[in-house]
Amino acid sequence: MTPGRAAESSPAIRLRSVRRVFPGGVEALAGLDLDVAAGEFVALLGPSGCGKSTLLRLVAGLDRPQGGEVAVGSPAGAEHRGVGYVFQDAHLLPWRTVLANVALPLELAGVPRDARAAAARAAIAQVGLADAATRLPAALSGGMRMRVSIARALVTAPRILLLDEPFAALDELTRHRLDEQLRELWLASGMTVLFVTHSIGEAAFLAERVVVLSPRPARVLADTRVGLPGRRDALLRTTPEFVELTRRLTAVLATEGSASR
Amino acid sequence: MIRRAAGRVLPPLLAFLAANLLWETAVRVFDVPAYLLPAPSRILAALVTHAATLGRALLVTGHAALLGFLLSALLGVVAGVAIASARWVQRAVYPFTVFLQTVPLVAIAPLLVVWFGFGIAPVAVAAFIVSVFPVIVNTVTGLRSVDPALVDLFRLYRASWAARLFKLRLPAALPAIFAGLRVAAGLAVIGAVVGEFVASYAGDDAGIGMLALTYSRESHTDRLFAAVGLASLLGLALFGAVSLASWLTLHRWHASEQEQVR
Repeated sequence: MTPGRAAESSPAIRLRSVRRVFPGGVEALAGLDLDVAAGEFVALLGPSGCGKSTLLRLVAGLDRPQGGEVAVGSPAGAEHRGVGYVFQDAHLLPWRTVLANVALPLELAGVPRDARAAAARAAIAQVGLADAATRLPAALSGGMRMRVSIARALVTAPRILLLDEPFAALDELTRHRLDEQLRELWLASGMTVLFVTHSIGEAAFLAERVVVLSPRPARVLADTRVGLPGRRDALLRTTPEFVELTRRLTAVLATEGSASR
Repeated sequence: MIRRAAGRVLPPLLAFLAANLLWETAVRVFDVPAYLLPAPSRILAALVTHAATLGRALLVTGHAALLGFLLSALLGVVAGVAIASARWVQRAVYPFTVFLQTVPLVAIAPLLVVWFGFGIAPVAVAAFIVSVFPVIVNTVTGLRSVDPALVDLFRLYRASWAARLFKLRLPAALPAIFAGLRVAAGLAVIGAVVGEFVASYAGDDAGIGMLALTYSRESHTDRLFAAVGLASLLGLALFGAVSLASWLTLHRWHASEQEQVR
């Protein structure tokens, strides 16, 4: 999967002048434009509470904008099928085993038992948890639960994967390992990934393209192509190119931060 | 394991024995007349002498209380689901469930006799009326406290109303529902006993409530104590059964039924 090929096809996600105001007058989005090409890995980087999550919910079809247009899927249409969503925390059903949790989306879609168990096992193996399939969420570590949550999003083989600060609550080492795994998954699958984060390092490490957002209401401050190699490992974080990229992103966020204060 | 069980059972048992010893001594030392306060030994003797009558009464009351409790569990959960499902149902129905909570049972028990005649029916209905409210309230609370992210997840995959109810909302509400059922268990016994004051015959099918009333009139205070003690045991047994069911259902995944390890 080469990012170059993906960029040529029609956008998988297209937002035009999207506006979302919450009751009480809080303006999360005031006319935001964003295009994400099919197969692209885009990180949305911005401070907490800037409207990133709102944007992701709109793309997932969990929320509606008051103005503008949200088109998901190619050919562009209001079709939300084939979207996987990973929340800030794992949000598993505590009374279900790992296998039953991962099979849930297929169960809700009416897929027969055997077929959904097979697909769930495959998704669990993809995130490296094959041994834990029969365990309950309470018996897992935070990182493992998050991987189950990712397996649940992958089980329908979605063409678009949306992640809302999925690793923010984990320790740094676990987070780095999951970042690498997610990157591998993307390289192997060719999905379109929209990843929301407030971590500069995470955005730079994961994405092909980083979109920096301002504090509420969110505007696009910078839209940067990452230009790092396709395969990435832990040591990438120490290379001059990576450091230079994070410096640039930090500078964008810092100027905006001081301007808005 | 045995040590832990002993650590749980022993303290309340010792406290119970000590209290009874104190009671026995006080009654003998101050020579309290038995019709005012019988000594524990006398109550025990009454219990043994009238074991057949009391035992039969316990079965009658237990039967009615259990029936009322099951009615509460079933209708309470159904009402809770209806109330939590739509705002307009809540607005229409909730005020009247509060009425159930505040209605003076003793006052409406005669009405129950008018409607259901004498026997087990009005007694079970009395048990139901006093025990259904906590089931409704806890079911509503449980259904309303479902993790919003999980609600979103089910929406994302276009789950049907039934799938949302049976695969998400009811299981998530189970801990709260069981909390309500525990309260309801004790209340059902109280409701049955009070119901019997009004709605049962003194005879072969007399329940604990009827016996207590008779013994009180006859100043057989020792038998009255025995009857009251048995009613409490009935409540405890029902409570214990609900707790066991709660543990069996929840202990694998819910914090409320797990041992605190520190």
